Amino acid sequence: MSTITRDEVAHLAHLARLAVTDDELDTFAVQLDVILSSVASIADVAADDILPTTHAVPLTNVLRADEPGTSLNRDTVLLAAPAAEGGRFRVPRILDAQE
Amino acid sequence: MHPPSSMTPVAPQPDAATAPIAPRSFDQVIASYQPVIGLETHIELGTRTKMFCGCAAAFGDEPNTNICPVCLGLPGALPVANAAAVESAILIGLALNCSIASWCRFARKNYFYPDMPKNFQISQYDEPLCFDGWLDVRLPGDSVDIDGNVEQPSSVRIEIERVHMEEDTGKSLHVGGATGRIHGATHSLVDYNRAGIPLVEIVTKPITGTGERAPEVARAYATQLRDVIRALGVSDVRMEQGSMRCDVNTSLQPIGASEWGTRTETKNVNSLRSVERAVRSEMCRQAGVLDAGIRIVQETRHFHEDTGQTTSGRSKEEATDYRYFPEPDLVPLAPETAWVDSLRERLPELSAEKLARLQTEWGLTDKDMAAVLGAGAVQLIAATIAAGATAEVARKWWLGELARRANADGVELEGLAITPKQVAEVQQLVDRGSLNDKLARQAIEGVLAGEGEPGQVVAARGLEVVSDTDTLGAAVDAAIAANAEVAQKVRDGKVAAAGALVGAVMKTTKGQADAQTVCTLILERLSAS
Amino acid sequence: MTEFIKLSAAELAGLVADGTASARDITQAHLDRITSTDERLNAFVTVDAEGALATADAVDARRAAGEQLPPLAGVPIAVKDIVVTNGIETTAASKILRGWIPPYDATIVTKLRAAGLVPLGKTNLDEFAMGSSTENSAFGPSRNPWDLARTPGGSSGGSSAAVAAYQAPLAIGTDTGGSIRQPASLTGIVGHKPTYGGVSRSGLIAYASSLDQAGPFGRTVLDAALLHEVIAGHDPADSTSLDLPVPLVADAARIGAAGDLTGMTIGVVSNLSGEGYEPGVVSAIAATVAQLEQMGAKVVECPCPHFDYALAAYYLIAPSECSSNLARFDAMRYGLRVGDDRQASLEAVMAGTRDAGFGAEVKRRIIIGTYALSAGYYDAYYGQAQKVRTLISRDFITAFSGCDVLVSPTSPIVAFELGPRAEDPMAMYAVDLCTLPASLAGVPAISVPCGLSDGLPVGLQIMAPVLADDRCYRVAAAVEASLNSPVLAAAPQL
Repeated sequence: MSTITRDEVAHLAHLARLAVTDDELDTFAVQLDVILSSVASIADVAADDILPTTHAVPLTNVLRADEPGTSLNRDTVLLAAPAAEGGRFRVPRILDAQE
Repeated sequence: MHPPSSMTPVAPQPDAATAPIAPRSFDQVIASYQPVIGLETHIELGTRTKMFCGCAAAFGDEPNTNICPVCLGLPGALPVANAAAVESAILIGLALNCSIASWCRFARKNYFYPDMPKNFQISQYDEPLCFDGWLDVRLPGDSVDIDGNVEQPSSVRIEIERVHMEEDTGKSLHVGGATGRIHGATHSLVDYNRAGIPLVEIVTKPITGTGERAPEVARAYATQLRDVIRALGVSDVRMEQGSMRCDVNTSLQPIGASEWGTRTETKNVNSLRSVERAVRSEMCRQAGVLDAGIRIVQETRHFHEDTGQTTSGRSKEEATDYRYFPEPDLVPLAPETAWVDSLRERLPELSAEKLARLQTEWGLTDKDMAAVLGAGAVQLIAATIAAGATAEVARKWWLGELARRANADGVELEGLAITPKQVAEVQQLVDRGSLNDKLARQAIEGVLAGEGEPGQVVAARGLEVVSDTDTLGAAVDAAIAANAEVAQKVRDGKVAAAGALVGAVMKTTKGQADAQTVCTLILERLSAS
Repeated sequence: MTEFIKLSAAELAGLVADGTASARDITQAHLDRITSTDERLNAFVTVDAEGALATADAVDARRAAGEQLPPLAGVPIAVKDIVVTNGIETTAASKILRGWIPPYDATIVTKLRAAGLVPLGKTNLDEFAMGSSTENSAFGPSRNPWDLARTPGGSSGGSSAAVAAYQAPLAIGTDTGGSIRQPASLTGIVGHKPTYGGVSRSGLIAYASSLDQAGPFGRTVLDAALLHEVIAGHDPADSTSLDLPVPLVADAARIGAAGDLTGMTIGVVSNLSGEGYEPGVVSAIAATVAQLEQMGAKVVECPCPHFDYALAAYYLIAPSECSSNLARFDAMRYGLRVGDDRQASLEAVMAGTRDAGFGAEVKRRIIIGTYALSAGYYDAYYGQAQKVRTLISRDFITAFSGCDVLVSPTSPIVAFELGPRAEDPMAMYAVDLCTLPASLAGVPAISVPCGLSDGLPVGLQIMAPVLADDRCYRVAAAVEASLNSPVLAAAPQL
């Protein structure tokens, strides 16, 4: 398994919408490299025929009836929002100004 | 895990088409290329509640009134899958002749977008609920082969790759820019009523070998897919309301080449007619680019209803890595055979058998039936017949006058503001002799213009046929007096000349007379003297 | 009425039920204790004195009306601030959620209220439950009542400190990789992680969905068991909740207290010892195992070879799920928003808010998870970790074919000093070594105080098969009974 570079960390931070500072990038690059090399041992443990466990307890077909439940009060919800307008959540421009 | 082909992340590529390149004509495209198309169709299911919570799955409510911790993605809220949505998806899969997975999982598709409350969409990834199906699509038979023979309507088998479940996103209103577009907007306002409404995505395998009929095939597939799903009763499948959305993949393969070309995905295709137009326009555009020696950029494009063209939707796209992984908050689906079988029994009579039966009942030729299918008029005609019209008359209205009007307005037949019941009522007025053909068309026009029910339109516009023989008699006498020469010819036995007199009477009665009655009156008078 | 604070939950409930004491007086005594000690401990993020007294009054009114009260009615409880509480600020100890007033209750909070328990407030934790010391809290670390320079463990360190310091007889914690058991061990109290699916996750702010479980803290095994029975059970709002009878854990605790383990086979996990384990911890555990044998249990050695990979698997799975779970904190619908000057783009506001709102450990885990899930690495990391999970489950199945429960230290070390370890992520992660296997396999595990090492408490971890939580309580109660005096009695007075 490869080591992780500062550029990769920057790319991952962007994917995760984290505007990390240069200092954070430096720290994280070193720390993540240590962490990833520590967990690298995992690569050789399990054979191909081992099925992955995604759920600790095996259940299937947990479904609910198509019955209406309670919705929230809009005013309560919008009051907790950073910005609202006309019964809707107000969010900043989706595209940059120059786009 | 590899993403399905349609979801392969795209690295940004240099935009080759900085200068506009003229598209080729469709004939030019066909001379040099073989199109490969594919359709990804999203169907909003008509369940009472959302996919993973009990909020109403309603269209058109006040913004943000159908939201709860789950569909708003509040911290701590957990999804629970809607049984009716799962059953609807299985029904769609069965109707499309798919295999139903014996075990499959939901997956999270991770990307940030403000209309997606959790910043991941619960979808399915490499384990779709239904897979490997097909839909036989009948095409209108009006094309002519190279020997000049009219081809019989043909049928194309569209292979279905997968049918999977996912949740819809909210809706954004873009403010501050021109006409609500995202470009130039200063901010956006988000309504999450739609967030979490169950969607079923139906993905075809690549459709090859259809040549010049590719645009038609795309439309015919979308039309028949809509009809199949409507017959299941699991969605209202209205493209104009967004409960059916088609993304169209198009690529061109130079004739003789062994590999397929690079594909584009066209979104924002909002009507069946646009499905056809989008394929056609994208084929022409791609041929222009390829002929200029430039490669096609794999990208999302947006179709514009007004211009009939596609534009690049790439402005904010980037290398996307959706980081799919199995949804840990939901347990796998494992539809047992007994459950699937019980759903299979609920399937209405579908496609092939039903269409064959209707064709017989309605007494249509293969060609007529193909035209009905192509126009997406099966349900409309059936409903018109159910409301009391004969098959012949119902077909005549929907494929004649109404098709003409729909085409002129650029809408689908079902988008017209007239119901099958109203069409049947107009016809009943004709059958009773209250309206003639011309007046009936005016009545239809009135209904379409929102003037009310047919009876109201007839009354308001004064469209009633003049059947009062005294009034008509006076008009006939006047016509005979004014056209003495013609009248004489009729008296001399040239009955055909009476047509001119009929025309004159119709003119003075402004078309509100019954032509047959007028003719009879004229002949009576002229033979009696 | 300070003597109230030293009583067990079972005793307090008895006083309320027979009218000897009012729920209000008991609640007030605990609120007073919080007032006098929490400046030093920092166990609470929010204290809801008004709400607590109102709830207590309601319980007193029910009793006055002649109503039969549920078993823990009138008993105060502290709730980890990652559990959503309607109308009470819920922060997950993160700046990004500061000020958020949830419009709904977690299922377990609904159950607490229905049972007449009295929530005193919300306790401190490592931000979003990511950490083992509470040092990752946006509100500063909680402190261990045994030694204020040391950690009460994490992530549920506020809850463990509150119970160990007699601020509350009971507390709710959540455990993803050991976040109930390790703090219980480090503060000398009892903490149980139920079988995955045994307690509803609805309303727990998710860290790693496939691992998260809420569970009880108490100073006695019976108290923890009584609370377990209040919060456990099927919840239709949680798809992963088990629709099966709740194990009879309170009965098991009472049976275990008799000190007879005849007929039980106890497996000692041979590879949860050795290098990195403090000698004092190892000897306390060995002495306890010898005690168990004395009480009639048969003791066997159980090798669980794949436990060695639990740390690696956990630190891939948990960050992966967290990277997705925490994506919703984006400054759009609730919580913090920074940098919205009405010019900045959405992405700038989102990314700026997330950078400002999350602490370093949360960001680290989000980035690791983003990496482990990305297209080129999925198979090598996340996929492989899930396979290791299968192997760990198989180790448990094999072991449980030869024994009823497995035991190990809960933590390889006793409570450590705040500060130095926080600088080194891997050193901090290694603290979770013993608790991770049960988390990955979804099996129940309890930590019970069993002795001291250098004057600080040591916890024994008891792991059982899925839905055999009762075995954990039975053996834990036997351990508790075997001690001459409660471990916590050795703690200095605050």
